[in-house]
Amino acid sequence: MRFLNHMTFGQYIPTESLIHRLDPRCKILATTLLLTGIFLADHAVVYILWGVALIVLAGASKLPIRMVLGSARPVLILVLFTGLLHLFFTDGTPLVSVGPLVITREGIRLAAAMSFRLVFLVLFASFLTLTTSPMELADGIESLFSPLVRFGFPAHELAMMMTISLRFIPTLLDETDRIMKAQIARGAMLDQGNFFRRLQSFLPVLIPLFVIVFQRAEDLAVAMESRCYKGGSGRTRMNPLCWKNSDSFALLGVALGIVLAECADRNLSWFVTPLL
Amino acid sequence: MSIVVSALGYTYHPGTPLETVALEDISFQLEPGQWISVVGHTGSGKSTLAQHLNGLLPPQRGSVEVDGIPCRKGEGRLREIRRIVGLVFQYPEQQLFAETVFDEISYAPRNWSCPEQEVERRVRTAAERLGIPEATFQRSPFHFSGGEKRKIAIASVLAASPRYLVLDEPTAGLDTTSRKELLALLKELRSSEGLGILLITHDLEMALEMSSRILLLHEGRRFFWGTPDELLPELTERNAVRLAPPDILALSSRLLSRGCSVPLTWDWETLANALNRDPSFILRKNEADECAS
Ligand SMILES: Nc1ncnc2c1ncn2[C@@H]1O[C@H](COP(=O)(O)OP(=O)(O)O)[C@@H](O)[C@H]1O
Ligand SMILES: [Mg+2]
Repeated sequence: MRFLNHMTFGQYIPTESLIHRLDPRCKILATTLLLTGIFLADHAVVYILWGVALIVLAGASKLPIRMVLGSARPVLILVLFTGLLHLFFTDGTPLVSVGPLVITREGIRLAAAMSFRLVFLVLFASFLTLTTSPMELADGIESLFSPLVRFGFPAHELAMMMTISLRFIPTLLDETDRIMKAQIARGAMLDQGNFFRRLQSFLPVLIPLFVIVFQRAEDLAVAMESRCYKGGSGRTRMNPLCWKNSDSFALLGVALGIVLAECADRNLSWFVTPLL
Repeated sequence: MSIVVSALGYTYHPGTPLETVALEDISFQLEPGQWISVVGHTGSGKSTLAQHLNGLLPPQRGSVEVDGIPCRKGEGRLREIRRIVGLVFQYPEQQLFAETVFDEISYAPRNWSCPEQEVERRVRTAAERLGIPEATFQRSPFHFSGGEKRKIAIASVLAASPRYLVLDEPTAGLDTTSRKELLALLKELRSSEGLGILLITHDLEMALEMSSRILLLHEGRRFFWGTPDELLPELTERNAVRLAPPDILALSSRLLSRGCSVPLTWDWETLANALNRDPSFILRKNEADECAS
Protein backbone atom coordinates (compact mmCIF):
# COMPACT_ATOMS: atom_id res chain seq x y z
CA MET A 1 0.00 0.00 0.00
CA ARG A 2 1.40 3.40 -0.91
CA PHE A 3 -0.34 5.86 1.31
CA LEU A 4 1.03 9.28 0.60
CA ASN A 5 3.03 8.68 -2.53
CA HIS A 6 1.13 10.97 -4.83
CA MET A 7 1.94 14.19 -3.09
CA THR A 8 4.00 16.35 -5.41
CA PHE A 9 2.62 19.68 -4.26
CA GLY A 10 5.32 21.76 -2.61
CA GLN A 11 8.11 19.46 -3.70
CA TYR A 12 11.29 20.55 -5.46
CA ILE A 13 12.55 18.39 -8.32
CA PRO A 14 16.06 19.39 -9.31
CA THR A 15 16.63 18.90 -13.04
CA GLU A 16 19.31 20.98 -14.70
CA SER A 17 17.01 23.06 -16.89
CA LEU A 18 16.97 26.66 -18.08
CA ILE A 19 13.98 27.38 -15.88
CA HIS A 20 15.70 25.95 -12.82
CA ARG A 21 18.62 28.26 -13.42
CA LEU A 22 16.54 31.45 -13.52
CA ASP A 23 16.78 33.87 -10.63
CA PRO A 24 14.17 33.01 -7.97
CA ARG A 25 13.01 36.63 -7.93
CA CYS A 26 12.28 36.39 -11.63
CA LYS A 27 10.31 33.18 -11.10
CA ILE A 28 8.35 34.60 -8.17
CA LEU A 29 7.44 37.77 -10.08
CA ALA A 30 6.58 35.78 -13.20
CA THR A 31 4.38 33.44 -11.16
CA THR A 32 2.61 36.39 -9.56
CA LEU A 33 1.96 37.81 -13.00
CA LEU A 34 0.76 34.45 -14.28
CA LEU A 35 -1.65 34.06 -11.36
CA THR A 36 -3.03 37.55 -12.05
CA GLY A 37 -3.34 36.67 -15.71
CA ILE A 38 -5.30 33.57 -14.85
CA PHE A 39 -7.72 35.58 -12.76
CA LEU A 40 -8.26 38.02 -15.58
CA ALA A 41 -9.07 35.34 -18.15
CA ASP A 42 -12.75 34.86 -18.97
CA HIS A 43 -12.76 32.69 -22.06
CA ALA A 44 -12.38 28.94 -22.29
CA VAL A 45 -10.10 29.51 -25.28
CA VAL A 46 -7.71 31.53 -23.12
CA TYR A 47 -7.64 28.81 -20.50
CA ILE A 48 -6.66 26.34 -23.19
CA LEU A 49 -3.80 28.70 -24.10
CA TRP A 50 -2.73 28.69 -20.45
CA GLY A 51 -2.78 24.90 -20.51
CA VAL A 52 -0.54 24.89 -23.58
CA ALA A 53 1.78 27.38 -21.86
CA LEU A 54 2.00 25.07 -18.85
CA ILE A 55 2.90 22.09 -21.03
CA VAL A 56 5.57 24.11 -22.82
CA LEU A 57 6.99 25.27 -19.46
CA ALA A 58 7.00 21.72 -18.12
CA GLY A 59 8.93 20.61 -21.22
CA ALA A 60 11.38 23.48 -20.85
CA SER A 61 12.05 22.54 -17.24
CA LYS A 62 12.47 18.83 -18.08
CA LEU A 63 9.71 17.78 -15.70
CA PRO A 64 7.35 14.98 -16.74
CA ILE A 65 3.97 16.51 -17.52
CA ARG A 66 2.27 13.84 -15.38
CA MET A 67 4.16 15.04 -12.37
CA VAL A 68 3.24 18.68 -12.95
CA LEU A 69 -0.42 17.80 -13.41
CA GLY A 70 -0.28 15.47 -10.41
CA SER A 71 0.41 18.43 -8.17
CA ALA A 72 -3.22 19.51 -8.56
CA ARG A 73 -4.41 16.22 -7.10
CA PRO A 74 -4.65 17.37 -3.46
CA VAL A 75 -7.05 20.20 -4.38
CA LEU A 76 -9.31 18.23 -6.72
CA ILE A 77 -11.88 17.71 -3.96
CA LEU A 78 -11.92 21.43 -3.27
CA VAL A 79 -12.32 22.16 -6.98
CA LEU A 80 -15.16 19.69 -7.25
CA PHE A 81 -16.84 21.17 -4.19
CA THR A 82 -16.65 24.81 -5.34
CA GLY A 83 -17.62 23.71 -8.85
CA LEU A 84 -20.78 22.00 -7.58
CA LEU A 85 -21.65 24.94 -5.34
CA HIS A 86 -21.48 27.34 -8.27
CA LEU A 87 -23.27 24.91 -10.53
CA PHE A 88 -26.34 24.63 -8.31
CA PHE A 89 -26.52 27.95 -6.50
CA THR A 90 -26.13 30.56 -9.22
CA ASP A 91 -29.18 32.57 -10.26
CA GLY A 92 -29.86 33.00 -13.94
CA THR A 93 -31.52 31.38 -16.93
CA PRO A 94 -32.61 27.88 -15.85
CA LEU A 95 -31.54 25.04 -18.14
CA VAL A 96 -32.23 21.82 -16.24
CA SER A 97 -33.85 21.22 -12.89
CA VAL A 98 -33.35 18.11 -10.81
CA GLY A 99 -35.84 18.23 -7.94
CA PRO A 100 -35.11 21.35 -5.92
CA LEU A 101 -31.78 21.86 -7.68
CA VAL A 102 -31.70 24.13 -10.70
CA ILE A 103 -28.81 24.33 -13.09
CA THR A 104 -28.57 27.65 -14.85
CA ARG A 105 -26.57 28.73 -17.86
CA GLU A 106 -24.68 31.19 -15.67
CA GLY A 107 -24.09 28.44 -13.10
CA ILE A 108 -22.37 26.21 -15.65
CA ARG A 109 -20.17 29.07 -16.81
CA LEU A 110 -19.26 30.14 -13.30
CA ALA A 111 -18.54 26.57 -12.22
CA ALA A 112 -16.29 25.98 -15.23
CA ALA A 113 -14.47 29.29 -14.82
CA MET A 114 -13.91 28.82 -11.09
CA SER A 115 -12.68 25.26 -11.51
CA PHE A 116 -10.28 26.27 -14.27
CA ARG A 117 -8.98 29.15 -12.19
CA LEU A 118 -8.41 27.07 -9.09
CA VAL A 119 -6.70 24.26 -10.97
CA PHE A 120 -4.43 26.59 -12.91
CA LEU A 121 -3.66 28.56 -9.78
CA VAL A 122 -2.43 25.47 -8.03
CA LEU A 123 -0.63 24.17 -11.11
CA PHE A 124 1.35 27.36 -11.66
CA ALA A 125 2.06 27.84 -7.97
CA SER A 126 3.35 24.31 -7.63
CA PHE A 127 5.32 24.75 -10.82
CA LEU A 128 7.23 27.46 -8.97
CA THR A 129 8.08 25.14 -6.09
CA LEU A 130 8.87 22.26 -8.46
CA THR A 131 11.54 24.32 -10.19
CA THR A 132 12.82 26.46 -7.30
CA SER A 133 14.46 25.06 -4.19
CA PRO A 134 13.00 26.23 -0.88
CA MET A 135 16.28 27.99 -0.15
CA GLU A 136 16.16 30.00 -3.38
CA LEU A 137 12.50 30.71 -2.84
CA ALA A 138 13.10 32.15 0.59
CA ASP A 139 16.07 34.17 -0.64
CA GLY A 140 13.96 35.54 -3.43
CA ILE A 141 11.11 36.52 -1.14
CA GLU A 142 13.48 38.09 1.34
CA SER A 143 15.12 40.09 -1.40
CA LEU A 144 11.81 41.20 -2.92
CA PHE A 145 10.49 42.34 0.45
CA SER A 146 13.73 43.91 1.62
CA PRO A 147 12.66 47.49 0.70
CA LEU A 148 9.97 47.13 3.37
CA VAL A 149 12.44 46.27 6.13
CA ARG A 150 12.92 49.93 7.04
CA PHE A 151 9.21 50.09 7.88
CA GLY A 152 9.67 47.20 10.30
CA PHE A 153 8.55 44.43 7.98
CA PRO A 154 10.17 41.13 9.11
CA ALA A 155 11.36 40.05 5.64
CA HIS A 156 14.13 37.79 6.83
CA GLU A 157 12.08 36.11 9.55
CA LEU A 158 9.26 35.53 7.11
CA ALA A 159 11.64 33.96 4.61
CA MET A 160 13.23 31.77 7.27
CA MET A 161 9.85 30.55 8.52
CA MET A 162 8.88 29.74 4.98
CA THR A 163 12.08 27.86 4.26
CA ILE A 164 11.70 25.79 7.36
CA SER A 165 8.06 24.91 6.72
CA LEU A 166 8.72 24.05 3.10
CA ARG A 167 11.78 22.06 4.06
CA PHE A 168 9.78 19.99 6.53
CA ILE A 169 6.73 19.20 4.41
CA PRO A 170 8.30 16.13 2.76
CA THR A 171 9.84 15.04 6.05
CA LEU A 172 6.49 15.23 7.78
CA LEU A 173 4.80 13.34 4.97
CA ASP A 174 7.41 10.61 5.33
CA GLU A 175 6.91 10.52 9.09
CA THR A 176 3.14 10.35 8.69
CA ASP A 177 3.50 7.54 6.21
CA ARG A 178 5.78 5.64 8.55
CA ILE A 179 3.51 6.05 11.58
CA MET A 180 0.43 5.10 9.58
CA LYS A 181 2.16 1.96 8.40
CA ALA A 182 3.29 1.12 11.91
CA GLN A 183 -0.25 1.44 13.28
CA ILE A 184 -1.71 -0.53 10.38
CA ALA A 185 0.85 -3.23 11.15
CA ARG A 186 -0.67 -3.25 14.63
CA GLY A 187 -4.09 -3.84 13.11
CA ALA A 188 -5.38 -0.27 12.87
CA MET A 189 -8.15 0.29 10.34
CA LEU A 190 -7.58 3.84 9.23
CA ASP A 191 -9.83 3.94 6.22
CA GLN A 192 -13.12 2.54 7.48
CA GLY A 193 -16.24 3.85 9.15
CA ASN A 194 -17.82 7.27 9.07
CA PHE A 195 -16.05 10.59 9.55
CA PHE A 196 -15.97 10.52 13.34
CA ARG A 197 -14.89 6.89 13.49
CA ARG A 198 -12.07 7.76 11.12
CA LEU A 199 -11.06 10.78 13.10
CA GLN A 200 -10.96 8.65 16.20
CA SER A 201 -8.96 5.91 14.55
CA PHE A 202 -6.53 8.57 13.38
CA LEU A 203 -5.58 9.55 16.90
CA PRO A 204 -2.88 6.84 17.03
CA VAL A 205 -1.33 8.58 14.02
CA LEU A 206 -1.85 12.19 15.09
CA ILE A 207 -0.52 11.92 18.61
CA PRO A 208 2.88 10.42 17.70
CA LEU A 209 3.09 12.90 14.83
CA PHE A 210 2.63 15.83 17.20
CA VAL A 211 5.24 14.44 19.54
CA ILE A 212 7.69 14.14 16.65
CA VAL A 213 6.90 17.60 15.28
CA PHE A 214 7.49 19.30 18.62
CA GLN A 215 10.64 17.30 19.13
CA ARG A 216 11.93 18.34 15.72
CA ALA A 217 11.07 21.99 16.24
CA GLU A 218 12.87 21.95 19.55
CA ASP A 219 15.94 20.24 18.05
CA LEU A 220 16.05 22.68 15.17
CA ALA A 221 15.78 25.70 17.45
CA VAL A 222 18.58 24.40 19.64
CA ALA A 223 20.74 23.60 16.63
CA MET A 224 20.23 27.08 15.17
CA GLU A 225 20.85 28.84 18.45
CA SER A 226 23.95 26.83 19.22
CA ARG A 227 25.34 28.02 15.92
CA CYS A 228 24.67 31.63 16.89
CA TYR A 229 21.72 32.27 14.61
CA LYS A 230 20.33 35.66 15.53
CA GLY A 231 18.19 36.78 12.64
CA GLY A 232 18.85 38.48 9.34
CA SER A 233 20.96 41.59 9.92
CA GLY A 234 24.64 41.07 9.21
CA ARG A 235 24.25 37.55 7.86
CA THR A 236 26.20 36.87 4.70
CA ARG A 237 25.06 34.47 1.98
CA MET A 238 26.79 31.59 0.35
CA ASN A 239 25.12 32.16 -3.01
CA PRO A 240 24.16 35.82 -3.41
CA LEU A 241 21.31 36.26 -5.87
CA CYS A 242 22.35 37.49 -9.26
CA TRP A 243 19.91 38.90 -11.78
CA LYS A 244 21.00 38.05 -15.32
CA ASN A 245 19.86 39.15 -18.74
CA SER A 246 18.06 35.87 -19.19
CA ASP A 247 15.94 36.73 -16.14
CA SER A 248 14.93 40.07 -17.64
CA PHE A 249 14.05 38.37 -20.90
CA ALA A 250 12.05 35.64 -19.20
CA LEU A 251 10.09 38.12 -17.11
CA LEU A 252 9.50 40.32 -20.11
CA GLY A 253 8.36 37.30 -22.09
CA VAL A 254 5.86 36.29 -19.43
CA ALA A 255 4.55 39.85 -19.10
CA LEU A 256 4.16 40.10 -22.84
CA GLY A 257 2.37 36.75 -22.95
CA ILE A 258 -0.06 37.89 -20.31
CA VAL A 259 -0.77 41.19 -22.04
CA LEU A 260 -1.40 39.34 -25.31
CA ALA A 261 -3.63 36.80 -23.57
CA GLU A 262 -5.57 39.61 -21.91
CA CYS A 263 -5.98 41.44 -25.24
CA ALA A 264 -7.19 38.24 -26.82
CA ASP A 265 -9.52 37.71 -23.89
CA ARG A 266 -11.13 41.13 -24.35
CA ASN A 267 -11.46 40.89 -28.11
CA LEU A 268 -12.73 37.33 -28.14
CA SER A 269 -16.02 38.66 -26.74
CA TRP A 270 -16.75 39.85 -30.26
CA PHE A 271 -16.87 36.25 -31.46
CA VAL A 272 -17.72 33.98 -28.52
CA THR A 273 -19.48 34.58 -25.24
CA PRO A 274 -17.11 34.58 -22.27
CA LEU A 275 -17.43 32.13 -19.37
CA LEU A 276 -17.85 35.07 -17.04
CA MET B 1 3.92 -22.97 7.00
CA SER B 2 6.51 -20.34 6.21
CA ILE B 3 7.07 -16.95 4.70
CA VAL B 4 8.19 -17.44 1.12
CA VAL B 5 9.70 -14.52 -0.74
CA SER B 6 10.50 -15.14 -4.36
CA ALA B 7 12.10 -12.87 -6.93
CA LEU B 8 10.76 -9.85 -5.06
CA GLY B 9 11.40 -6.44 -6.59
CA TYR B 10 10.24 -2.96 -5.64
CA THR B 11 10.82 0.50 -7.08
CA TYR B 12 9.86 3.73 -5.33
CA HIS B 13 8.19 6.39 -7.48
CA PRO B 14 8.55 4.47 -10.77
CA GLY B 15 8.54 6.62 -13.88
CA THR B 16 9.46 9.86 -12.09
CA PRO B 17 12.82 11.58 -11.59
CA LEU B 18 12.70 10.27 -8.00
CA GLU B 19 12.70 6.66 -9.16
CA THR B 20 14.70 4.42 -6.80
CA VAL B 21 15.06 0.68 -7.19
CA ALA B 22 14.92 -0.46 -3.56
CA LEU B 23 14.74 -4.24 -4.08
CA GLU B 24 15.56 -6.50 -6.99
CA ASP B 25 15.21 -10.26 -7.32
CA ILE B 26 15.16 -11.16 -3.61
CA SER B 27 14.32 -14.74 -2.66
CA PHE B 28 14.40 -16.51 0.70
CA GLN B 29 12.25 -18.39 3.20
CA LEU B 30 11.51 -17.96 6.88
CA GLU B 31 10.09 -20.84 8.88
CA PRO B 32 8.63 -20.73 12.39
CA GLY B 33 11.38 -21.23 14.97
CA GLN B 34 14.01 -20.00 12.56
CA TRP B 35 16.15 -16.92 13.07
CA ILE B 36 17.14 -14.98 9.99
CA SER B 37 19.23 -11.85 10.04
CA VAL B 38 19.03 -9.37 7.21
CA VAL B 39 22.17 -7.26 7.05
CA GLY B 40 23.19 -4.50 4.71
CA HIS B 41 24.36 -0.92 4.83
CA THR B 42 21.97 2.03 5.06
CA GLY B 43 19.79 2.29 1.97
CA SER B 44 20.31 -1.31 0.90
CA GLY B 45 16.57 -1.96 1.06
CA LYS B 46 16.19 -3.66 4.44
CA SER B 47 13.23 -1.61 5.65
CA THR B 48 11.52 -1.89 2.30
CA LEU B 49 11.86 -5.66 2.52
CA ALA B 50 10.39 -5.66 6.03
CA GLN B 51 7.30 -3.81 4.83
CA HIS B 52 6.69 -6.47 2.21
CA LEU B 53 6.53 -9.24 4.76
CA ASN B 54 3.16 -8.22 6.16
CA GLY B 55 1.50 -6.68 3.15
CA LEU B 56 2.18 -3.01 3.90
CA LEU B 57 3.80 -2.79 0.50
CA PRO B 58 2.44 -5.03 -2.26
CA PRO B 59 5.20 -6.57 -4.38
CA GLN B 60 5.68 -4.88 -7.74
CA ARG B 61 7.68 -7.82 -9.07
CA GLY B 62 7.84 -11.36 -7.74
CA SER B 63 5.75 -12.52 -4.81
CA VAL B 64 5.51 -12.85 -1.05
CA GLU B 65 3.46 -15.58 0.61
CA VAL B 66 2.72 -15.88 4.31
CA ASP B 67 1.58 -19.33 5.40
CA GLY B 68 0.08 -19.84 1.98
CA ILE B 69 -1.67 -16.46 1.79
CA PRO B 70 -0.32 -14.27 -1.02
CA CYS B 71 0.49 -10.67 -0.08
CA ARG B 72 -0.87 -8.62 -2.90
CA LYS B 73 -3.15 -5.73 -3.58
CA GLY B 74 -6.80 -6.57 -3.09
CA GLU B 75 -6.09 -9.73 -1.11
CA GLY B 76 -8.96 -10.03 1.37
CA ARG B 77 -6.85 -11.69 4.04
CA LEU B 78 -4.25 -8.94 4.36
CA ARG B 79 -5.34 -8.27 7.94
CA GLU B 80 -4.90 -11.94 8.69
CA ILE B 81 -1.34 -11.66 7.36
CA ARG B 82 -0.69 -8.65 9.56
CA ARG B 83 -1.77 -10.63 12.59
CA ILE B 84 0.47 -13.57 11.69
CA VAL B 85 3.49 -11.38 11.02
CA GLY B 86 4.28 -8.90 13.77
CA LEU B 87 6.29 -5.98 12.42
CA VAL B 88 8.36 -3.85 14.77
CA PHE B 89 9.40 -0.72 12.93
CA GLN B 90 12.65 1.09 13.46
CA TYR B 91 12.38 3.33 16.54
CA PRO B 92 9.03 1.79 17.50
CA GLU B 93 8.88 4.01 20.58
CA GLN B 94 7.84 6.81 18.23
CA GLN B 95 4.50 5.13 17.62
CA LEU B 96 3.33 5.24 21.21
CA PHE B 97 0.11 7.19 21.62
CA ALA B 98 -2.09 5.73 24.36
CA GLU B 99 -2.78 7.19 27.77
CA THR B 100 -1.59 4.18 29.69
CA VAL B 101 0.86 1.37 29.15
CA PHE B 102 -2.02 -1.10 29.31
CA ASP B 103 -3.94 0.67 26.55
CA GLU B 104 -0.82 0.82 24.44
CA ILE B 105 -0.09 -2.88 24.67
CA SER B 106 -3.73 -3.82 24.20
CA TYR B 107 -4.03 -1.72 21.03
CA ALA B 108 -3.16 -4.56 18.66
CA PRO B 109 -5.27 -7.36 20.21
CA ARG B 110 -8.26 -5.00 20.47
CA ASN B 111 -7.84 -4.09 16.82
CA TRP B 112 -8.23 -7.76 16.03
CA SER B 113 -11.39 -7.88 18.14
CA CYS B 114 -10.06 -10.10 20.88
CA PRO B 115 -12.57 -10.61 23.71
CA GLU B 116 -11.70 -8.36 26.65
CA GLN B 117 -10.61 -11.17 29.02
CA GLU B 118 -8.33 -12.59 26.40
CA VAL B 119 -6.93 -9.09 25.79
CA GLU B 120 -6.04 -8.80 29.43
CA ARG B 121 -4.35 -12.18 29.46
CA ARG B 122 -2.32 -11.33 26.37
CA VAL B 123 -1.25 -7.96 27.68
CA ARG B 124 -0.05 -9.60 30.89
CA THR B 125 1.86 -12.30 29.03
CA ALA B 126 3.47 -9.88 26.60
CA ALA B 127 4.41 -7.45 29.37
CA GLU B 128 5.86 -10.23 31.47
CA ARG B 129 7.93 -11.47 28.54
CA LEU B 130 9.46 -8.05 28.12
CA GLY B 131 9.92 -7.45 31.80
CA ILE B 132 7.38 -4.65 32.09
CA PRO B 133 6.07 -4.78 35.67
CA GLU B 134 2.30 -4.79 36.15
CA ALA B 135 2.61 -1.89 38.58
CA THR B 136 3.35 0.40 35.61
CA PHE B 137 0.24 -0.56 33.60
CA GLN B 138 -1.65 2.58 34.54
CA ARG B 139 1.22 4.97 33.92
CA SER B 140 1.69 6.97 30.75
CA PRO B 141 4.02 5.30 28.25
CA PHE B 142 5.61 8.68 27.55
CA HIS B 143 7.16 8.80 31.01
CA PHE B 144 9.61 5.99 30.41
CA SER B 145 13.16 5.99 29.15
CA GLY B 146 13.94 5.21 25.51
CA GLY B 147 14.78 1.57 26.11
CA GLU B 148 11.68 0.98 28.20
CA LYS B 149 9.46 2.71 25.66
CA ARG B 150 10.85 0.40 23.04
CA LYS B 151 10.01 -2.61 25.18
CA ILE B 152 6.44 -1.35 25.52
CA ALA B 153 6.21 -0.93 21.76
CA ILE B 154 7.53 -4.44 21.15
CA ALA B 155 5.15 -5.85 23.76
CA SER B 156 2.29 -4.20 21.90
CA VAL B 157 3.26 -6.12 18.78
CA LEU B 158 3.75 -9.38 20.67
CA ALA B 159 0.32 -9.03 22.28
CA ALA B 160 -1.26 -9.81 18.92
CA SER B 161 0.43 -13.25 19.30
CA PRO B 162 2.10 -13.33 15.90
CA ARG B 163 3.72 -16.44 14.45
CA TYR B 164 6.60 -14.47 12.98
CA LEU B 165 8.29 -11.38 14.32
CA VAL B 166 10.04 -8.97 11.97
CA LEU B 167 12.19 -6.39 13.74
CA ASP B 168 13.75 -3.44 11.92
CA GLU B 169 17.00 -2.53 13.67
CA PRO B 170 15.51 -3.09 17.13
CA THR B 171 18.77 -2.37 18.92
CA ALA B 172 19.55 0.93 17.20
CA GLY B 173 20.19 3.61 19.78
CA LEU B 174 20.04 1.26 22.78
CA ASP B 175 22.83 0.96 25.31
CA THR B 176 24.80 -2.28 25.45
CA THR B 177 22.90 -3.72 28.40
CA SER B 178 19.45 -3.11 26.96
CA ARG B 179 20.67 -4.46 23.68
CA LYS B 180 21.84 -7.72 25.21
CA GLU B 181 18.63 -7.99 27.21
CA LEU B 182 16.52 -7.51 24.12
CA LEU B 183 18.45 -10.10 22.13
CA ALA B 184 18.28 -12.61 24.98
CA LEU B 185 14.56 -12.07 25.09
CA LEU B 186 14.16 -12.66 21.38
CA LYS B 187 16.19 -15.85 21.67
CA GLU B 188 13.92 -16.97 24.47
CA LEU B 189 10.79 -16.18 22.44
CA ARG B 190 12.11 -18.16 19.57
CA SER B 191 12.92 -21.25 21.58
CA SER B 192 9.91 -21.23 23.92
CA GLU B 193 7.17 -20.23 21.50
CA GLY B 194 8.71 -21.27 18.22
CA LEU B 195 8.44 -17.76 16.83
CA GLY B 196 10.10 -17.22 13.47
CA ILE B 197 12.34 -14.19 13.81
CA LEU B 198 13.63 -11.95 11.08
CA LEU B 199 16.02 -9.43 12.52
CA ILE B 200 17.21 -6.48 10.47
CA THR B 201 20.53 -5.06 11.52
CA HIS B 202 23.72 -3.60 10.20
CA ASP B 203 25.68 -5.22 12.98
CA LEU B 204 27.44 -8.23 11.45
CA GLU B 205 28.54 -9.50 14.83
CA MET B 206 24.98 -9.81 16.04
CA ALA B 207 23.98 -11.53 12.82
CA LEU B 208 26.86 -14.00 12.93
CA GLU B 209 26.12 -14.87 16.52
CA MET B 210 22.38 -15.36 16.45
CA SER B 211 21.12 -16.46 13.09
CA SER B 212 20.40 -19.76 11.49
CA ARG B 213 20.59 -17.93 8.17
CA ILE B 214 21.87 -14.60 7.00
CA LEU B 215 20.58 -12.55 4.10
CA LEU B 216 23.04 -9.89 3.04
CA LEU B 217 21.60 -7.11 0.92
CA HIS B 218 23.66 -4.82 -1.21
CA GLU B 219 21.98 -2.06 -3.20
CA GLY B 220 18.70 -3.89 -3.12
CA ARG B 221 20.10 -7.18 -4.34
CA ARG B 222 20.79 -10.42 -2.56
CA PHE B 223 24.54 -10.40 -2.06
CA PHE B 224 24.60 -13.47 0.14
CA TRP B 225 22.14 -16.03 1.52
CA GLY B 226 23.36 -18.85 3.73
CA THR B 227 24.58 -19.87 7.16
CA PRO B 228 26.90 -17.67 9.22
CA ASP B 229 29.75 -20.14 8.62
CA GLU B 230 29.43 -19.70 4.89
CA LEU B 231 29.35 -15.92 5.11
CA LEU B 232 32.88 -15.33 6.31
CA PRO B 233 34.75 -16.47 3.19
CA GLU B 234 32.42 -14.22 1.17
CA LEU B 235 33.32 -11.20 3.17
CA THR B 236 36.58 -10.57 1.35
CA GLU B 237 34.63 -8.19 -0.79
CA ARG B 238 33.23 -6.55 2.26
CA ASN B 239 34.30 -3.14 1.12
CA ALA B 240 31.78 -3.53 -1.64
CA VAL B 241 29.01 -4.11 0.88
CA ARG B 242 30.33 -1.48 3.28
CA LEU B 243 30.00 -3.55 6.44
CA ALA B 244 32.64 -3.63 9.12
CA PRO B 245 33.70 -7.14 10.15
CA PRO B 246 33.11 -7.80 13.84
CA ASP B 247 35.95 -6.79 16.17
CA ILE B 248 35.93 -10.25 17.61
CA LEU B 249 37.10 -11.62 14.26
CA ALA B 250 40.01 -9.21 14.13
CA LEU B 251 40.96 -10.28 17.62
CA SER B 252 40.64 -13.98 16.80
CA SER B 253 42.69 -13.49 13.70
CA ARG B 254 45.48 -11.94 15.69
CA LEU B 255 45.36 -14.67 18.29
CA LEU B 256 45.43 -17.33 15.60
CA SER B 257 48.34 -15.68 13.88
CA ARG B 258 50.31 -15.97 17.09
CA GLY B 259 49.61 -19.65 17.24
CA CYS B 260 46.97 -19.49 19.98
CA SER B 261 44.07 -21.86 19.53
CA VAL B 262 40.74 -20.14 19.10
CA PRO B 263 37.55 -22.22 19.00
CA LEU B 264 36.35 -20.99 15.62
CA THR B 265 35.12 -22.80 12.57
CA TRP B 266 37.49 -20.95 10.29
CA ASP B 267 41.22 -21.23 9.72
CA TRP B 268 43.12 -18.05 10.09
CA GLU B 269 43.83 -17.50 6.42
CA THR B 270 40.13 -17.33 5.70
CA LEU B 271 39.83 -14.96 8.59
CA ALA B 272 42.66 -12.76 7.43
CA ASN B 273 41.14 -12.76 3.97
CA ALA B 274 37.85 -11.75 5.40
CA LEU B 275 39.62 -8.91 7.09
CA ASN B 276 41.00 -8.05 3.69
CA ARG B 277 44.61 -8.08 4.73
CA ASP B 278 47.26 -10.54 3.81
CA PRO B 279 48.21 -12.81 6.72
CA SER B 280 51.77 -11.57 6.82
CA PHE B 281 50.51 -8.05 7.41
CA ILE B 282 48.85 -9.15 10.60
CA LEU B 283 52.02 -11.02 11.60
CA ARG B 284 54.13 -7.99 10.91
CA LYS B 285 51.72 -5.76 12.75
CA ASN B 286 51.86 -8.06 15.74
CA GLU B 287 55.64 -7.97 15.76
CA ALA B 288 55.53 -4.22 15.57
CA ASP B 289 53.11 -4.18 18.48
CA GLU B 290 55.43 -6.37 20.50
CA CYS B 291 58.42 -4.17 19.74
CA ALA B 292 56.44 -1.18 20.84
CA SER B 293 55.44 -2.71 24.14
N1 LIG C 1 9.21 6.23 1.06
C1 LIG C 1 10.23 6.24 0.21
N2 LIG C 1 10.18 6.98 -0.92
C2 LIG C 1 11.19 6.98 -1.80
N3 LIG C 1 12.32 6.28 -1.66
C3 LIG C 1 12.46 5.52 -0.56
C4 LIG C 1 11.43 5.46 0.43
N4 LIG C 1 11.84 4.62 1.41
C5 LIG C 1 13.06 4.20 1.05
N5 LIG C 1 13.44 4.73 -0.14
C6 LIG C 1 14.70 4.47 -0.86
O1 LIG C 1 14.80 3.08 -1.07
C7 LIG C 1 16.12 2.61 -0.79
C8 LIG C 1 16.07 1.56 0.30
O2 LIG C 1 15.66 2.16 1.51
P1 LIG C 1 15.40 1.34 2.84
O3 LIG C 1 14.58 0.16 2.53
O4 LIG C 1 14.88 2.29 3.86
O5 LIG C 1 16.89 0.89 3.22
P2 LIG C 1 17.50 0.47 4.64
O6 LIG C 1 16.39 0.18 5.58
O7 LIG C 1 18.36 -0.70 4.33
O8 LIG C 1 18.32 1.64 5.09
C9 LIG C 1 16.92 3.84 -0.39
O9 LIG C 1 17.65 4.24 -1.52
C10 LIG C 1 15.88 4.86 -0.02
O10 LIG C 1 16.33 6.15 -0.33
MG1 LIG D 1 15.97 1.06 7.45
